Amino acid sequence: MPAKPETPAPAAETVKTGAQIIVDTLLDLGVDTMFGYVGGVVLPLFDKLFDAPIRFIVPRHEQGGCHMADAYARASGKTGVILATSGPGACNLVTGLATAMMDSIPMVALTGQVRTDLIGNDAFQEADTTGITRPVTKYNSIVKDVRVLERTVREAFHIASTGRPGPVLIDLPVDVLVGKCPCNGKAEIDLPGYKIRTKGHARQISMAAEAINKSERPVLYVGGGVIIANAAEELRTLAEKAHVPVTMTLLGLGSYDQRKPESLDMLGMHGSAYANYAVQESDLLIAVGARFDDRVTGKLATFAPHAKIVHIDIDPSSISKNVHVDIPVVGDAKHILTELTKEVEYRPREAWFKKIAEWKQKFPFRYDAKAPMIKPQAVIEEVCRQTRGDAIVATGVGQHQMWTAQFYKFQRPRQFISSGGLGTMGFGLPAAIGAQFAKPDATVIDFDGDHSFNMTMTELATAVEHELPIKVCIFNNGYMGMVRQWQELFYGQRYSCSYLKNPNYAEVARALGAVGITVDRKEDVSKAVAQMLAEKRPCVVDFRVEQLENVWPMVPAGKSLSEMDGLTILESMA
Amino acid sequence: MDTLHEARCTRYEDKTMKHIISALVENKPGVLAHVAGMFAARGFNIDSLVVGRTEDPKLSRMTIVVIGDDRIVEQVRKQLARIVPVVKVQDFVDKPVVARDLMLVTIAVPPEKRPEVSTLVEMFRGHVVDISPKTLMVEVSGPETKMEAFLDVCKPYGIKSVARTGTIAMPRQGSGEE
Repeated sequence: MPAKPETPAPAAETVKTGAQIIVDTLLDLGVDTMFGYVGGVVLPLFDKLFDAPIRFIVPRHEQGGCHMADAYARASGKTGVILATSGPGACNLVTGLATAMMDSIPMVALTGQVRTDLIGNDAFQEADTTGITRPVTKYNSIVKDVRVLERTVREAFHIASTGRPGPVLIDLPVDVLVGKCPCNGKAEIDLPGYKIRTKGHARQISMAAEAINKSERPVLYVGGGVIIANAAEELRTLAEKAHVPVTMTLLGLGSYDQRKPESLDMLGMHGSAYANYAVQESDLLIAVGARFDDRVTGKLATFAPHAKIVHIDIDPSSISKNVHVDIPVVGDAKHILTELTKEVEYRPREAWFKKIAEWKQKFPFRYDAKAPMIKPQAVIEEVCRQTRGDAIVATGVGQHQMWTAQFYKFQRPRQFISSGGLGTMGFGLPAAIGAQFAKPDATVIDFDGDHSFNMTMTELATAVEHELPIKVCIFNNGYMGMVRQWQELFYGQRYSCSYLKNPNYAEVARALGAVGITVDRKEDVSKAVAQMLAEKRPCVVDFRVEQLENVWPMVPAGKSLSEMDGLTILESMA
Repeated sequence: MDTLHEARCTRYEDKTMKHIISALVENKPGVLAHVAGMFAARGFNIDSLVVGRTEDPKLSRMTIVVIGDDRIVEQVRKQLARIVPVVKVQDFVDKPVVARDLMLVTIAVPPEKRPEVSTLVEMFRGHVVDISPKTLMVEVSGPETKMEAFLDVCKPYGIKSVARTGTIAMPRQGSGEE
């Protein structure tokens, strides 16, 4: 046989196991921190991670680990990585993945799977992980051939972190982890169906600029997309140059400094009266990286009835999903805001700002400061004061989350870490842990509800193990407060299943090795906050707060934004 | 309310109609589950869905018939395009297309009625593909309206069972577009 001319072998191509390929690819992608939990089928991967220069954090439950990876991503802007075993491990990620999906958080989840020849046989710890997680991930896939493993991992990080980010899951059968193939570490991604439009259409941008220049009563309505796009600076420049007030969604908090006069704070169901009135009276609404969620718009048919709508978003499917948009601009917020700023002109809009100032004067966020009990709002204000509004703040879900959004004044992006879309109770504590890993030098506070805390408090052990100085403020009223509020207002004060007997949280904290403080007197709040902030260990402060406090104002579900309840109550507290 | 708002509210009260949506997808496992799952999760109704190979072994074509108003169909199109392995999405609603269904029908036909049914089959340019003492199986293809018409004329004999492929479609080449 004639000898074939030898082609030179590609440089540095070595035979590696699937587990080694994953670790090497993660390192090449710059991953230095991972969260995850061991289990049978992922042992080959954990064995390789044992020697890898990657900080690996083991939570007490996979859900906690998933929220940690999510919050790590929110606080750092990097892609969070979570690893879990097959079956129950993968199933326990579902809530965390759905949370990240709804809030567009870049995350890669790696799950173990039973051997490919056992798949479909109801093997031990087998679950149809890709089937279960498909609706709660941006994309997922199962790798059945070690030769496509490196490419799949690279694709996962690319998909997770670009466009509208989201969680991507890769399911890894154990025989793929131990299988071998030559790998040069240079696999290229191949995603013909994945195209992202980053630059906005120039004509659409000009139309938006023209609308802004013509507008008498414009409002910028900005969401988490501005933070994801790292476009807070561009937003500030636009708002100042065009002289337009800015209101933020829950996830948008931090994208515009709330100490500035143009800030209208949060809008929506528990937003400020001045933001809601401004939106309803506006003649132009400029939505940036926001998705017209029902908690923001109230009744759609009467939402911003006089306004033309400009919508800037990287996800074309967000546009005209809930509200018809007059001027859509698809693309990256950072690019579009920069281009838009070039074309806008300053307008004084004195009458508009005067009206807003009147609303602000008349309807600020308030609570009854003279009441004898500890008010949760007062605790948040005190923490805000002592941290100079500079802490990273995580929350659970419910009343305390809304009060945090109302009373902590955020200054910069990635400062507020909260489950907005899915509304996942139990998010706060693991989120604070994930954020502290991302920002070791920052003060990280978890404002938590008692029952949100109850759901994932086992992660306090994780914080203790890693000596994280996180601070947990529990607003302990015994109730699932937001549910109780709805039962009070809409179910004739029949508090069905919304009250539970709580443990002594300070003792729980101490038993787990953290610092525990109980505060039941109003006059002790300030001192306790100071002590909490000075602690170097995880610190849990159990604030025994007013039990029947409500969040005001409130736009009842299905009502227009301007139909807020509780305004007279707030006025009476002046 | 001013006119702008009315315009916005009425914008979507467009007529509900049938749209043929064609999606080129990567030929990978799980793609059909992605697409079907998206339709179910978002509450879109599928009239028919056909998947088949194309000239490119790496790609399959899904032809999906959806009934809805403009807003719903626009969302269907966008949500489909958002699925990572979906490469290209087209709505054929305003385009001249050739749309075809293939149908197999088993009709109750006693031997004495075979000639008259055969005549009907010829009129619809179908074929008799199976025969038994009491039945005929007929293959008919064409636009959906033709299928319906054939079923109507067969009804008096008694339709035993029907299997249909659902619509596949392709734009006419003379239409000035791709």
